[in-house]
Amino acid sequence: MPAETVRSVADDTSRQLSGLDALEKTPITETRWGRFASRLWAGTWPKVLALVIVIGFWQLLFLSGWKDPWALPSPLMVWDELVAYVPTPGYWTAIAITMQRALTGFALSVLVGSVLGIAVARFKPLRAAIGSAITGLQTMPSIIWFPLAILLFQISESTIMFVVVLGAVPSIANGIISGIDYVPPAWKRVGAVLGMKGFQLYRHVIMPATLPSFVSGLKQGWAFAWRSLMAGELLVIIAGQGSIGALMQGAREFNDAPRVLTWIITVLVIGIIVDTAFKAADDRIRRAWGLHQD
Amino acid sequence: MTDTRTAPRADTARAGAVVLTDVVKRYGRGPGAVTALDGVSLSVEPGSFTCLLGASGCGKSTLLSLVAGLDDISGGAIEHVDQPVAMMFQESALFPWLTVLGNVEIALRVRGVGRAERRRRALELLETVRLSGFAHKRPHELSGGMRQRVALARALAQDASVLLMDEPFGALDAMTRDLLHDELERIWREQRLTVLFVTHNVREAVRLGDRVVLLSSRPGRVLNVYDVDLDRPRRIDSAPVATLAADITDALRAEVGRHAG
Repeated sequence: MPAETVRSVADDTSRQLSGLDALEKTPITETRWGRFASRLWAGTWPKVLALVIVIGFWQLLFLSGWKDPWALPSPLMVWDELVAYVPTPGYWTAIAITMQRALTGFALSVLVGSVLGIAVARFKPLRAAIGSAITGLQTMPSIIWFPLAILLFQISESTIMFVVVLGAVPSIANGIISGIDYVPPAWKRVGAVLGMKGFQLYRHVIMPATLPSFVSGLKQGWAFAWRSLMAGELLVIIAGQGSIGALMQGAREFNDAPRVLTWIITVLVIGIIVDTAFKAADDRIRRAWGLHQD
Repeated sequence: MTDTRTAPRADTARAGAVVLTDVVKRYGRGPGAVTALDGVSLSVEPGSFTCLLGASGCGKSTLLSLVAGLDDISGGAIEHVDQPVAMMFQESALFPWLTVLGNVEIALRVRGVGRAERRRRALELLETVRLSGFAHKRPHELSGGMRQRVALARALAQDASVLLMDEPFGALDAMTRDLLHDELERIWREQRLTVLFVTHNVREAVRLGDRVVLLSSRPGRVLNVYDVDLDRPRRIDSAPVATLAADITDALRAEVGRHAG
């Protein structure tokens, strides 16, 4: 076969292949910003509507005279308290103390949970020994640990940390364990074909493949840590540490319902903000991996 | 994996890029054991294109895994001139956390190639499979055929002289498969590769192979070896390809019929 025939056949194939590639590409109909704005609106209006309905109900309940106003204040009374209290340093100090505990506890949980998760996923006897116990721990209400924690560590930061870590570790460990268990065999086979062994396989295939499951474990771990922390702060009040829980108990002792409600709203808002951050991380991974269709 | 334990056969190993001698593969033990491959012998010439053809249960994928060293043989010997070998599967199995470029670079990284050289070589390989424009895309943004081309570039990045392909185009539409046959043929010639290609598609085997090895099912044995003396480039729908494919299909059907009842 003459050389120029070979070349022209190759050229043809190249052209046809690019044609096919071009046809496979889906046209983009919207700009990034347009999509962002419409998604923002689609996510916002139902929330606003729900808020209006809740406040309306609350106002009706208040007007019905079901409880005395000192026990159940009106939305406006709480709003006034919110406006007056939020700018004070005491409010922000409390948030700082609580968030510092939350982040320290969570960081410790991530460390312990990750090491535990990898160890259980790697060593069969360890999995047989404590694999189901980890899931069992996850189902325990964290408040059950406080009497023991107080006996062990008295009324101290360690008591709260102990319960926070115990609450969050099982979720984080389980996230890693199921992530490692469900790494598609095809990816591991590619790793083997490329000559990856032991640590290299972990570094380049198993760990990255575990990421989505790890992030959902982190998200769930955070939720448990946050709940344990709130329970802890209400039960274990440490002198001189004006945390959210401590100030809330203080407000209750003074029958200051608007302030109790102010703290409840604050805790809700913090929860939503953190959840949004986790959701954004999760979305990013899903989008990059193509697990997301929108 | 050390398969070069049979010293007297060293001369034949020189002659073939891969030499299989009485390869046996059994799964399980005792009465419940299943023999997947039973005495398969085959010598693959350097630079040749060999297609392994068979119906379900002929152990053709098993055979490839054994050659790749992903699994251990139960008996016989597999000798390589050059190790490791490169391999490609039906699913591209690209890593979704890496870009197209990253997926090719990873093969070089494992081999200890430096950063700059890695980048240069990966881009060159993407050029080879005509995907330079897609280096920074994510795998899910590509079509199935494009993903298989990335997988091919990744396999080429292993710089092995032997390339094993396990039904690499099995999940693609006919049009894409056709074009990829042309591409694979071109790359095979340019890079002087030795290809072992597993398929259940008879025409694909005749379109691509210098030789078509027909395997029996349960257990897998070599039934027949067909030399394909047709000029290249070939077309899958050309008359000579169809004629030989019909002969092989008859043999394949007879083999499948043997398992009835």
